[in-house]
Amino acid sequence: MNFHKKLIAILALLPGLAFANEGGHPLDKAPARPSLTSLQNGAKLFVNYCLNCHSASSMRYNRLKDLGLTEDQIKTNLLFSADKVGELMTTALRPADAKQWFGVVPPDLSVIARAKASSAGTGGDYLYTYLRTFYKDETRPTGWNNMVVPNVAMPHVMWQLQGVRTVKMVEEKDPHDHTKTVHKFAGFEQVTPGTLSQADFDVATADLVAYLEWMAEPAQGTRKRLGVWVLLFMSLFALLAWRLSASYWKEVK
Amino acid sequence: MAAFKETKFPANAPVADKALGWVDDRFPLTKLWNDQWGKYYAPKNFNFWYIFGSLAMLVLVMQIVTGIFLTMHYKPDANLAFGSVEYIMREVPWGWLVRYMHSTGASAFFIIVYLHMTRALLYGSYRKPRELIWLFGFAIFLCLMAEAFFGYLLPWGQMSYWGAQVIVNLFGAIPLIGPDLSLWIRGDYVVSDATLNRFFAFHVIAIPLVLLGLVAAHLIALHEVGSNNPDGIEIKENLGPDGHPVDGIPSHPYYSVHDMFGVSVFLVLFSAVVFFAPEMGGYFLEYNNFIPADSLKTPAHIAPTWYFTPFYSVLRATTADFMYVLMAAVAAYVVFIWLKAKLSFMTKVAIAVVAIVAIIGMLPQVLDAKFWGVVLFGSSVMILAALPWLDHSPVKSIRYRPDWHKYVYLVFGISFVALGYLGTQLPTAAYTLISQVCTLLYFSFFLLMPWWSAMGTFKPVPKRVTFQPH
Repeated sequence: MNFHKKLIAILALLPGLAFANEGGHPLDKAPARPSLTSLQNGAKLFVNYCLNCHSASSMRYNRLKDLGLTEDQIKTNLLFSADKVGELMTTALRPADAKQWFGVVPPDLSVIARAKASSAGTGGDYLYTYLRTFYKDETRPTGWNNMVVPNVAMPHVMWQLQGVRTVKMVEEKDPHDHTKTVHKFAGFEQVTPGTLSQADFDVATADLVAYLEWMAEPAQGTRKRLGVWVLLFMSLFALLAWRLSASYWKEVK
Repeated sequence: MAAFKETKFPANAPVADKALGWVDDRFPLTKLWNDQWGKYYAPKNFNFWYIFGSLAMLVLVMQIVTGIFLTMHYKPDANLAFGSVEYIMREVPWGWLVRYMHSTGASAFFIIVYLHMTRALLYGSYRKPRELIWLFGFAIFLCLMAEAFFGYLLPWGQMSYWGAQVIVNLFGAIPLIGPDLSLWIRGDYVVSDATLNRFFAFHVIAIPLVLLGLVAAHLIALHEVGSNNPDGIEIKENLGPDGHPVDGIPSHPYYSVHDMFGVSVFLVLFSAVVFFAPEMGGYFLEYNNFIPADSLKTPAHIAPTWYFTPFYSVLRATTADFMYVLMAAVAAYVVFIWLKAKLSFMTKVAIAVVAIVAIIGMLPQVLDAKFWGVVLFGSSVMILAALPWLDHSPVKSIRYRPDWHKYVYLVFGISFVALGYLGTQLPTAAYTLISQVCTLLYFSFFLLMPWWSAMGTFKPVPKRVTFQPH
């Protein structure tokens, strides 16, 4: 096998490794955080922690007005990577630099909450679990690893909030092959405390996830509210159409 | 050709009458309306199953109208396509609604068409003299599949991209010309901007044009020979003193109001999906498709959209091991034809020769299983066209067939649905085995139909349709 073939083989395998979540870490249910204050808090966390490296290039800053914020509030507190509130949430990180520093360009987060849904759980569940299962791992280039995405390229961005944790593993016999042992996850161990308690960190993460879910489809509130009226109207129309039809069909012998 | 004659109206006739008269002298507007709908006499015993024709028409119009508005904002460019869909979802006023109507409409179209075809199967609507209606309908189904396939690439997500890649690669399995053919279809060595542009052209103009022509032909043929009905009786054989079928009623107003009711119920269900579950659990909008297309990252699990999965399962079921089963099945079928079929000697010889060539071709040293998978995949769709000539039942409707025929239909229905379900799942050894059994059942249903459809004790068909006044 020559070098090129080897390279292609490795490249072909990489995505398989990156997405290998079959029978992976079980996902926690993301708590519902529908209030505007939660979403605003999520937006704040998002622009402070995520937009450094990730973009949300389908999302305009002034769409945050839908979350009850004024244009001034957006401008003074949240305008992170742009000059005007009408601009898109881009990132200052250049793709070439990202490639060099992390090995990958961080994905755009506009619709990430929709993309990560699967049979294992909603996209929200995935993100909620992913963001809370980082742990210290000195074998990794960034010093961090993750339970949901093993060998993830992303470092634990919110580590100051959560504190530093390591993972406890127990050796167990492989149920499929008794000659081998497997490492089984047995919980986290807090090394240094964060600025938030674990419970508060969970709430903050839930807010961030709620924001990501909202951002994936900002029209979803309008959609559901309007849907109720459309269904009521259509049901009434169906009732009238039914009676109209019946009145004509009375003549058919 | 009669000389032109102007219809004379009294001076005080309503303007609308005069205008219509003016048009009718020059174009058969009233005649067209009366022939196609207004005075088109349809059997009065239509049931639930007869709503899907008008629903298909409604969804077709809806897809065209929403599609026109989507093209105003969509960018058929590999760098812009994904973003332009999100632009429609966020920035275009009511864009999200138009997009969800279009994406839900695609799945709704297939649900409706599958039910419409089930109706034809149950009541023998494809039988003489309606063979051409069935063939036009079959061509519409093919167009619909092409339309859905081309359209699915346009959002330029991971599933769009890799789905197109897999399907176009299937053409590569054809011996000799395959690789060049798939290259020609893609316009590049991988699915790329060139592919996106041509698929866009096919999706928004080429296929819709053919589709509209076929729909017109389907309806003209239907209104020429007249509709079948749940009893499978020809109502035109029993005319009243007014020259109209005694069991027929004019479509307008009776089926106009009837269909309006059907449409309203459909719209309740349709709106429920559009407004509350537009992704439909990942079946109508696949989760992976919210990730932009990436030619370097192959998703772990590539599955076509749900409406293609029954046929896709047939493709996947055709493994190298399964080829020996197929060879045995082809041999057994030829023996069966020689013993049972009332065909001329030469026809039987021809069938035997084709079968022997096919069996040789199925040997692992000759053509690989992938090629035969593509052949079976194509055949599983094309065999539907042969239905009018495969069914030898003396009655049309299932109502007057032997009771055990219902179980044959049931087994066929279950096989088809099972194939559809398995096509959405990752293949396992057990799943592959089930899909192989279902594939054999699927083809047996059609290939053995000339015999089983004529077997058993048939019930007497009444002279008049079964109808209880409401």
